[in-house]
Amino acid sequence: MSWLSNALTSSIGRKIIMAVTGLFLCSFLVVHLVGNLQLFKNDGGAAFNIYSHFMGTNPIIRTLEIVLLLGFAFHIYEAVALTGKNRAARGSQGYVVNHIEQNSPWQSRNMGLLGTVILIFLLVHLYNFFYRARFGELDPDINNNADLYTLVVSSFHQWWYVLLYVLAQVALCYHLIHGFKSAFQSLGLTHRKYTPFVTYLGYAFSVLVCAGFAAMPLYFFFLQ
Amino acid sequence: MAGSNPNAKPMNLTLKVWRQKNRQTQGNIVDYQVRDISPDMSFLEMLDVLNEDLLRKGEEPVAFDHDCREGICGSCNLFINGRAHGPEPGTTTCQLHMRKFSDGDTITIEPWRAEAFPVNKDLSVDRSAFDRIIQAGGYVSVNTGGVPDANEIPIPKSIADQAFDAATCIGCGACVAACKNASAMLFVSAKVSQLALLPQGQVERKTRVENMIAQMDKEGFGACTNIGSCAAECPVGISLENIAILNREFLAAKATSNNLA
Amino acid sequence: MNLDAKIPEGPLAEKWDKHKFNVKLVNPANKRKYDVIVVGTGLAGASAAASLAELGYNVKAFSFHDSPRRAHSIAAQGGINAAKNYQNDGDSVHRLFYDTIKGGDYRAREANVYRLAQVSVNIIDQCVAQGVPFAREYGGLLANRSFGGAQVSRTFYARGQTGQQLLLGAYSALSRQIAYGKVKMYNRTEMLDLVIVDGQARGIITRNLITGEIQQHAAHAVVLATGGYGNVFYLSTNAKYSNATAAWRAHKKGALFANPCFTQIHPTCIPVSGDYQSKLTLMSESLRNDGRVWVPKTVEMAERLRRNEIHVNDIKEEDRDYFLERKYPAFGNLVPRDVASRNAKMMCDEGRGVGASGLAVFLDFSEIIKRIGADGVSQKYGNLFAMYEKITDEDPYKQPMRIYPAVHYTMGGLWVDYNLQTTVPGLYATGECNFSDHGANRLGASALMQGLADGYFVIPYTIGDYLAQTPPKPVTTEHPAFKEAEANVRAQIQKLMSINGTRTPDDFHKALGHIMWEYCGMARTAEGLQHAKQEIQKLRKAFWSDLKVVGVNEELNQTLEKAARVADFLELGELMVDDAYNRNESCGGHFREEYQTPEGEALRDDEHYAYVAAWEWRGENQPEVLHKENLVFENVKLTQRSYK
Repeated sequence: MSWLSNALTSSIGRKIIMAVTGLFLCSFLVVHLVGNLQLFKNDGGAAFNIYSHFMGTNPIIRTLEIVLLLGFAFHIYEAVALTGKNRAARGSQGYVVNHIEQNSPWQSRNMGLLGTVILIFLLVHLYNFFYRARFGELDPDINNNADLYTLVVSSFHQWWYVLLYVLAQVALCYHLIHGFKSAFQSLGLTHRKYTPFVTYLGYAFSVLVCAGFAAMPLYFFFLQ
Repeated sequence: MAGSNPNAKPMNLTLKVWRQKNRQTQGNIVDYQVRDISPDMSFLEMLDVLNEDLLRKGEEPVAFDHDCREGICGSCNLFINGRAHGPEPGTTTCQLHMRKFSDGDTITIEPWRAEAFPVNKDLSVDRSAFDRIIQAGGYVSVNTGGVPDANEIPIPKSIADQAFDAATCIGCGACVAACKNASAMLFVSAKVSQLALLPQGQVERKTRVENMIAQMDKEGFGACTNIGSCAAECPVGISLENIAILNREFLAAKATSNNLA
Repeated sequence: MNLDAKIPEGPLAEKWDKHKFNVKLVNPANKRKYDVIVVGTGLAGASAAASLAELGYNVKAFSFHDSPRRAHSIAAQGGINAAKNYQNDGDSVHRLFYDTIKGGDYRAREANVYRLAQVSVNIIDQCVAQGVPFAREYGGLLANRSFGGAQVSRTFYARGQTGQQLLLGAYSALSRQIAYGKVKMYNRTEMLDLVIVDGQARGIITRNLITGEIQQHAAHAVVLATGGYGNVFYLSTNAKYSNATAAWRAHKKGALFANPCFTQIHPTCIPVSGDYQSKLTLMSESLRNDGRVWVPKTVEMAERLRRNEIHVNDIKEEDRDYFLERKYPAFGNLVPRDVASRNAKMMCDEGRGVGASGLAVFLDFSEIIKRIGADGVSQKYGNLFAMYEKITDEDPYKQPMRIYPAVHYTMGGLWVDYNLQTTVPGLYATGECNFSDHGANRLGASALMQGLADGYFVIPYTIGDYLAQTPPKPVTTEHPAFKEAEANVRAQIQKLMSINGTRTPDDFHKALGHIMWEYCGMARTAEGLQHAKQEIQKLRKAFWSDLKVVGVNEELNQTLEKAARVADFLELGELMVDDAYNRNESCGGHFREEYQTPEGEALRDDEHYAYVAAWEWRGENQPEVLHKENLVFENVKLTQRSYK
C-alpha cells in the first residue's frame, strides 16, 4: 500500500485530505446546527434534551462520533504538516517588503490562525457541554433526560462566554468562506458552469451556518 | 528626446536593492540613488542606468536576469515593492515602465525568494527546479519522424484554445515568488492541463502527473492552499482553474494507474 | 579554398531523397559510442539535440540561459510556414520553394531551399504530435493565415506566440532526453572557443557563467545553433543576450562566414524613444494584414505633428499619404519586409516622419476597427495592442500606432554545405547561425521553419554521414589543442579584466551600433562603408585600451560576459562592412544607394554577384579573404522582384 501512503503524503494528497475532512466537518456543522435549533423551541428545553439524550446514547451516533473525532484529527494534523512544509519551502530569508495583501484575500492566507481560534473555542465548548453532558452529573429534566438545556441557558448568560462564542463564529465564518470553495478546488471539482454556483453557495453556507450558531448565545443573552 | 508623452518629467528615485555576493553568503539591502529617469524607460532600462553609473564608479553592477525584454522569455524576475514583477497586473518586469512610478519614490527590489530558488547573486536566482519538473514528464514521448499527419486528429477549437491558454506559461516563477507557501502548483498545472486537454497527451496522462508532482515535491516547493496569489501575479494570466485540473488529474491517476510506487 | 556545396546530383525534387539514401549510416549499436556537442538550445539546437539523442548519440547541449526554454526563438510571434496546402489555395512544395528563393532575391542555394520546403510539412506533423496547441478552425482542423505578403495561406500559428509554442515543444523533447540521460545539459554555460584536432572539430571551451569555471568538452562533432548576430547594431529586436561569440570564434578557427552584410530590417517595430533604449520591440508583421501605413502628405504637416501642434486624428483623409498602397497597388501594405522598411525610411528622409524624433510612420487600424469593431480587433491582435500600449502609453484603438524599421534577423552566417557542415570538418551550423536558406531577405514565418527543419530533419541524417566515417573511438580532451584553446580563452578574459579604462562595454556597443545603423543599415554607400570601416577600427582600438570591467571571473559577472561579446561584435561589424562594400549591387536586405532602379527599387547584378560571399579569417587586424560560391539557378528564372 505504499502507493496510497505516497499519494496521501504528497502535497496534493494532503490537500485532498484537507478537503475531504473539511467537507465532512461542514456536514457535521449542518447536523449540529439543525439539531441545536431546538434550543429556540419555547418548551423549557424538553425537545432539546430529548435530542441531546438521543445524540448521547444512539449507537450509530456514537460510532459517527469517533469518525468525527478522526475527521478533526486528520484535518488538524494535515494543517500542521502542510504549514510546516510550506514554511520550509518559503525559505529562511523572507522578503524585506512584501505586499501579499494586494494579491490575495486575508482569510485565505490565515487559515491556520482562524483554525487555531476555532480549536481553542472547540476545547472550551467541548469541556463545557460535551464533557459535562457525557461524563458530568447533570440534573434530570421533567422527562427524566439529562438537563443540558439549563446548562446551555446558564452558560449563555455569561458575557465572556457569549463573546467567545460569537468571535469563534466569526472566525469559523471566514474559515469556511475560504475552506468551502477551496475544498472543491482541491478535489478538482470545478467546472465553468457550476463553480460560480459553488462559490455563492460557499458564501451563503458560511454566513448562514455561523449566523445560526452565533444566534444561540445572543438569543439567550439578550432575549431570555 | 521624449517618447510618447512630451510632458513627462524625468524622475529621481531611491532604490533599495538586494545585494548578495553568491549562494553561500548572506545578502543585504543597499540604497542607491538614480537621477533623471525618463518615465518612458522600462524598469530594466532604469536598472541599466544604475549599473552603468556603478560601473563607471568602479563598483560592481547589480546582477539580474533578463533577456528578450518583451515579456515572453520569462528570464526577468524582480520582486518590486513587495510584488512579483511589480505593481502592474499582467506585466513582466521588463514590460513595467517607469511612468508607473513618481518622482521621489523609494523602490525596493528583491530577488524571488523560495527554498527551491537559491540566489546566484544579487537579484539572479536559480530556477532549474522548473526544468527538472518538466523533465519528469512535461512532454509527449514521440521521437522525431514517424508521427501521423497533423490534421489526422481533429481537436475542438475550444479545447485547443484552452490548452493554448495553459501553454502560454513563460516559466518565470512569479507564482512561486508570490505564493505564501512557495508552491509551484500553478506552473506544474499549466503543463499538466495543457497536455491532459489534448489528445496527444492522453497516452502518458497518468504517469505524467504522478511523476511531475513527485518531482515538484522533491524540489522542495510548498503545497497549494488555494490562496490565489500566483494567478493574481502571473504575468500571462494562467488561471487557477489549471490547479483544479491538476488536482483532478492527480487524484484520478493515483486512483486508477498501475503504478504501485 | 574550393567551396564545395556538395549539392546532390539529380532533379531538384529528388535530391534530398537520393541524398538520404546515399548518406552513410551509423550502426545502431555504435551510435552510443559517438558524442555530439550542440551549442545553443533554441529551436534549431533543442530540436537537433533531442533528435540526435533519440537516435542514440550521446549529446552534450549548452545554453548560456538558465534554461533552454528562454532562447530567443521564443519571441517569434507570427507563425511558421509549411507547404501543407490544407487550404486548397494552390500551395505546394514547389511554390514555397519558389517564394522563398524569390523573396530572398535569388541569393540562396536552390537545393537547400527546396529541401526546406519539402520537410516543412513534417515539422507541422511533429509539432502537433508533441502537443503544440496550434490555432484551429471550429471543425477541429488546423487554421492557416497568409503572412508577410504570401499569396497563399500557409502559415500555421498559435495566436501571437508561435515561437514560444514551438520552442516549448522542442524544449519538451529535449527535456525528455535529458531525463533519459541521453542529453547532458549545461545551462548558464557559454562557448568561448572551438577546439580543432587534426583539422576536425573535436570540442569546445566553455565558461560557466555562475562560477566562472573554464571547461574543456570533447566530442566527435560539434553543432552550432547559436542564432543570429543582429545585436551588432546594439538596438535590434534580438534579445539582450543574443550574440555572435560562438559563431565568430568558430569563424576565427577556420569556419568561413557567408554573406555577413545580409541583415533584415523589420518594418513594424516600436520606434526608439530615447538614448536609454536597450532594445526594440517588434509588432508582428500580421498587423500589416489589417493596418494601413501612412505619413502626412506634406513636410509642413509632419513638422507640426512632431511639435505636438496638431493631433494625428485631426489629419484629414486627403492629407494622408498611404505610400505603400500608392506605390505598390498589387501588394499594398503587404509588400515584403525589405521593401516596406526602405519605403518607411524614404518617407522619414523626406522629412515626413512622425513622432518626436521624426523617425516613425503610422500604422492605422481605424478602418478595420470601423469594419469589425474594437472587440473583433482585440480578438485578432489583443496581445499586440496591449503590449504597444504598455510600452508607448498610447492606445492603438484610439490613434494609429507609430512604427519604424529595426534590425530583426541576419540572413548571413557561417557558410555551410548541403549537409549543413561548415568549412571545418565535423563542425555544423543550424538555424539562424548558418547562412543557407534565406538568401538576401527572409520571408515572414520562415525562420521557425528553417530552425526546426535543420534540427529535426536535416542534421540527424547529415551528421550521421560524417560520424559513420569517423572511428567510434572515445574522444578525450587530452590533445594539446584543448590546453592551447583554454589558455587563449583565459588570456582573453584576463586581458578584458585588466584594461581598467573608463568606458563600459555597453558604451562601446552603443557606439558600434550607431556606426552600423548609420552606414551599414537600411541603405549603404561605398563612401559611407569606407568611413564606417575606419570608425570601427578606431573604436576597436579604443575598446582594447579604455574598457572598464569590474568584479572577478570566478563569479556571475555580466559585465565581463558583455565585454567578451562586444569584442567579437567589433570584429564582425567590420566584416559586415567589408561584405557590404564588396557587394556592388542591391538585393534584399542589402541596399546600396548607388544601385537602384529609377523608381528607387533594389537593382541586382546577377551577372557579377550571383554568388555567396564567404569570408576567411586571416588573423587579428588582417583583411579577410573572400571566397565565392557561385549560385546556379536551374529551376527558377531570375527576375526583377516586383510587387507593384
